[in-house]
Amino acid sequence: MSTQATTSKSSRKSASALWFILGCLAPAIVLVLGFTYYPMLRGIVMAFQNYTLFDLTNVHFIGFDNFKEVLKSDNFLLALKNSFYWVVVSLVLQFVIGFGIALLLRKQFFGRGVYQGMIFFPWAMSGFLIGLIWRWLFNGQIGVINDLLIKIGIIDMPIAFLSSPSWGMFAVIVANVWYGIAFFAIMLLAALQSVPEEIYEAAAVDGTNRLQKLFLITVPYIMPTILTTVMLRVIWITNFPDLIYSMTNGGPAGSTHILATFMMDKILYGGEYGQAAAVGIIMMVLLVLFMFFYFSASKHEKAGDF
Amino acid sequence: MTDKRSAGERIVRILVMAAFLIVVIFPLYWMLITSLKPKKDIFSLPIHYWPKTLTFENYENIFKITKFHIYIINSLVVSLGAALVVLTISTLSSYVLARFKFRGSSQVMFFFFLTQVIPAFIGFAPLYLMMSKLNLVNSLSGLALVYTVMAIPFSTIMLKGFFQRVPSSLEEAAQIDGCSRLGALVRVIMPVMLPGLSATFIFSFVQNWNELFFSVMVIDSEKLKTIPVAMNSFITKFDVDWGSMSAATVLSVVPTLILFALCQKLIVQGLTQGAEKG
Repeated sequence: MSTQATTSKSSRKSASALWFILGCLAPAIVLVLGFTYYPMLRGIVMAFQNYTLFDLTNVHFIGFDNFKEVLKSDNFLLALKNSFYWVVVSLVLQFVIGFGIALLLRKQFFGRGVYQGMIFFPWAMSGFLIGLIWRWLFNGQIGVINDLLIKIGIIDMPIAFLSSPSWGMFAVIVANVWYGIAFFAIMLLAALQSVPEEIYEAAAVDGTNRLQKLFLITVPYIMPTILTTVMLRVIWITNFPDLIYSMTNGGPAGSTHILATFMMDKILYGGEYGQAAAVGIIMMVLLVLFMFFYFSASKHEKAGDF
Repeated sequence: MTDKRSAGERIVRILVMAAFLIVVIFPLYWMLITSLKPKKDIFSLPIHYWPKTLTFENYENIFKITKFHIYIINSLVVSLGAALVVLTISTLSSYVLARFKFRGSSQVMFFFFLTQVIPAFIGFAPLYLMMSKLNLVNSLSGLALVYTVMAIPFSTIMLKGFFQRVPSSLEEAAQIDGCSRLGALVRVIMPVMLPGLSATFIFSFVQNWNELFFSVMVIDSEKLKTIPVAMNSFITKFDVDWGSMSAATVLSVVPTLILFALCQKLIVQGLTQGAEKG
């Protein structure tokens, strides 16, 4: 009798816990399903349809025509190549400089908190504003970067950074590096501060020098953070059209388009939803391939525990 | 790292750090200085690194020519509103994910994580069409709804990290004292979680404040424009009048800079936890 009472009580308790869990998760899951997953799946279907904003009465499946159309267009291969440079060069420079700053900030000094706060500033700004700011700095006639380079004596004449196809990618990558250093500096600093001092003391007894310490002790210790942050940044930089959009809008003549801006261009100016979705799928496939190789190459290390 | 460092090395270190700080600050300084120069000084050589004459005419200009005060209010309403709703929804979801072990909990985490990997732009066009069917195009509440949904996954991941740091004995004690589950969460846990909650709130506020592409697609009428939508139309309208543009940039950056400066430590904590714990 009494045991029966306790079991029914505990099952009532676990039933109420279940309802509590469901009730708390439902709003988040329903909203994300409806307004994130549904449109994304719809977008994937769109890639195989004739779907343009200005001809919505004529929506029908066309197989891989959107992909063919996209692959044929002049700027696509250039955008693909640019995307590669955009991600790799930005990432490497952001990482190396960010790591260097993190190492410098490792030891406590007067005003470190304030310094950290100030170098974190770019992170509070939108890609759109950063693009605008650097568009003004890189101005071809009265830009301050040209002025400084002339004053130092590196160049004699101002360079038309943003209106020449050969300098455009350079300029947008500089802006992107400026923006992304803080992320690595802050994340790697947090990781560095978790390395226990005793490891170094043991190494000091063995007589290792500073460079050996860095590569044999520090880097392996913070490897999980390195792997996770690098992967996150690859995804974010690939999907980051905002900065280029406001800085050059892909110009001149498409020379600074990356896949993400190429895609936004199709949506915002052409209403070519089907083709835009095709570009999106190509980006997604490339990212998935990258992650596959990345995880198998780093499977001995522990890249976060997602 | 306990080895004695020479004075020369210390100087190099300080110089490198100072140089980097200048590189970070200078673009912002340059925008501020440009916004305070009269138009004729902006577009003439030689360039002055400190304005000859300081003026607020660029600021007066944007308030005179455009409805900038309305854009600011719209941005504030949408960003604050969405951030508050996000905070409520993701507090509930992250609390449950941090505290309960149930079947499917790791799948739910993956469900949220996956949205961070897929390029959101794939869904933009369908989302726009959906919104227009629901009559939510060209409406601030429609925009706020989309911002809310966009921020839920990351906020959930971030808050879960903060919840895991609060010992569960706290709400167990409260429940023994007769609090309901929700009551314990609101009255006992939330006060302890205040730092994490504010970091998450600020993070999603700043994201909403900065978002560009979806608002450009959705918002059309002059009186509903948010700051990014308005600035996007400035580019084409004025062929970038750098006086007004820099003033608008400064105005739109100030709120987020202040928020970040006040809560930088918390945000960093939230970000590092988000990345480490996934």
